[in-house]
Amino acid sequence: MEKNTALAASSMTLKPQPTGLRLFFKRLVQQRMLVLMSVPFVVWLFIFKYVPVWGWTIAFQDYQPALPFKDQEWVGFHHFNALFSEDRFLIALRNTLAMSGINLVLGFVTAITLALLLNEVRKVAFKRVVQTVSYLPHFISWVVAAGIIQTTLAPDGIINELLKWFGVIDKGQEYLFLGKAEWFWGIFGASSVWKDVGWNTIVYLAAITSIDPAQYEAAEMDGAGRLRRMWYITLPGIRPVIIVLLIMNIGYLLESGFEPQYLLGNGMNVDYSENIDIFVLKYGLQQFNFPLATAAGMFKTVVSFVLLFSANHLAKRMGQDRLF
Amino acid sequence: MANSASAPKPRRLSRRDSSLGDKIFDICNYVLLTCLMIVTLYPFLNTLAVSLNAASDSIKGGIHLLPRDFSLENYKYVFRENTIFTATTISVLRTVIGTIVTVFASAMVAYTISRPEYVLRKFITIAFIITMYINGGLIPNYLLIRDLGLINNFWVYILPGIIGVFNLIIIRSFIEQLPESVIESARIDGAGDFRTFFNIVFPLCLPVLATVALFTAVYQWNSWFDVFLYNSSNVELSTLQYELQKILQNSNTTSSAESAFANSVNGSAIKVSPLSIRATMTIVAAVPMIIIYPFLQKYFVKGMTVGGVKG
Repeated sequence: MEKNTALAASSMTLKPQPTGLRLFFKRLVQQRMLVLMSVPFVVWLFIFKYVPVWGWTIAFQDYQPALPFKDQEWVGFHHFNALFSEDRFLIALRNTLAMSGINLVLGFVTAITLALLLNEVRKVAFKRVVQTVSYLPHFISWVVAAGIIQTTLAPDGIINELLKWFGVIDKGQEYLFLGKAEWFWGIFGASSVWKDVGWNTIVYLAAITSIDPAQYEAAEMDGAGRLRRMWYITLPGIRPVIIVLLIMNIGYLLESGFEPQYLLGNGMNVDYSENIDIFVLKYGLQQFNFPLATAAGMFKTVVSFVLLFSANHLAKRMGQDRLF
Repeated sequence: MANSASAPKPRRLSRRDSSLGDKIFDICNYVLLTCLMIVTLYPFLNTLAVSLNAASDSIKGGIHLLPRDFSLENYKYVFRENTIFTATTISVLRTVIGTIVTVFASAMVAYTISRPEYVLRKFITIAFIITMYINGGLIPNYLLIRDLGLINNFWVYILPGIIGVFNLIIIRSFIEQLPESVIESARIDGAGDFRTFFNIVFPLCLPVLATVALFTAVYQWNSWFDVFLYNSSNVELSTLQYELQKILQNSNTTSSAESAFANSVNGSAIKVSPLSIRATMTIVAAVPMIIIYPFLQKYFVKGMTVGGVKG
């Protein structure tokens, strides 16, 4: 074992070894335990994560499930052309962008606001209770959440009851919230905030703890009130974290989620709830149009990849080495 | 979080903090946060109240925070149903097996890629990280699962998700923070890599592994889409979340028909109604994770911070 580390050290200092490949295999044999512990999972990784990427070839074929790969007919970008002249896909693309945009803005504003408010709470016990409660919806599934949201928004649900109580609507005029297509984006945004706002504060609260308390004292001497200290010290203090997370999230612009839209979607709001992921599911596994669905999925992954890569690059240029 | 609690202390001493504006701010803040708690908790408490209320009474509506006609009949009914009993078993099995496999495998691979002398370290790290950016998507994944013969198979819940890149990275960062002397001393005692990992590193990693275990358990317990996609034709492999999803999907499309059905039955004779079953199933599906997470809060807050800031 000691020989092992000594060898590693020597190869680091004397880089040009005469027989690189032989040395590599020699060390591989020496480290066979590490190899045994990790390589099975590399094999797993290739099967479950890389092999499906090979499946993208379907998007360029006139795919016949019964035929072997070599007999498939290649059709070039035919399915991509079909995809972009398909109205349902363009609607799905619009919905995807709209919902992830709403989620991005709403998610950031609410999480940062909540983190700032929590930071101003002086009773530690109260703060801890609020935090624990606010994490709760993150730990339930979207199935449970969708059930709860449907109950809340039902004609006899609490929202309609409150509206009646405040005199906004009369009895018999109850809204069918999930039946109003153009309200879906708003309902989706509100549901996502409800589910994850507490969870999203974790990173900001951690960043706030690293702000130097002396800054607050100095601001206080200068006569700055609570709101001003929040605005001029806390917020700038967590700005680097906000920027990095914002950039990262732009990379996920085509990932608007699948479960909330699928579970809250229905025939009445489909024009506003169907996003790319649901489009892929519908065309692929319900209508068995594998090539078109694969093309849609591939489009999503490739655009996301480009976005993420540029986002990472941008974040690195801004001096943040959070990224991989 | 401990730091944030100590940070406001010096402020408490100043005169300014007792000013009127300050008090108004505090009151608004407490009111706002209390509202947030109510909005978060009300739907759960309402669902809980409906599940603990006699079904014949729930139909009349108007139940808010407390059951009006307390009864455990809904729970008895739900657990007497064979499908739901099987589904609960499968949910528990996939959560337990999935969590053990993921925690162990992730920790083991994380250990290997934390060893600076390991020749494949860089290759393996990059191979895993690439998969964060590129995935085959729904259809190719479906075809792969089909070709592997994992349709209508329990292991489709476990195998595709053994190691998540995020988990791998947070465990690796944790191991890299451990003092190298601990590992060196194990080596000097003649322990091989597996023994070093299993006897020394693994126990030291328990705080971060608690986070990974929680994330995995939540993921496994809450999954329904893989059941829908791969195992929906085999009731024996259904899970609680998927059974609930089916109930929701039905009541979504036939809600008016269902309530008509419920009303047509003589109110006092019926023991269960779709409304009550739905509420009961929701509670059963949600409660295990709700009970677990507060105990692990300390760990996952730390894990999220390491993962979020350091990547």
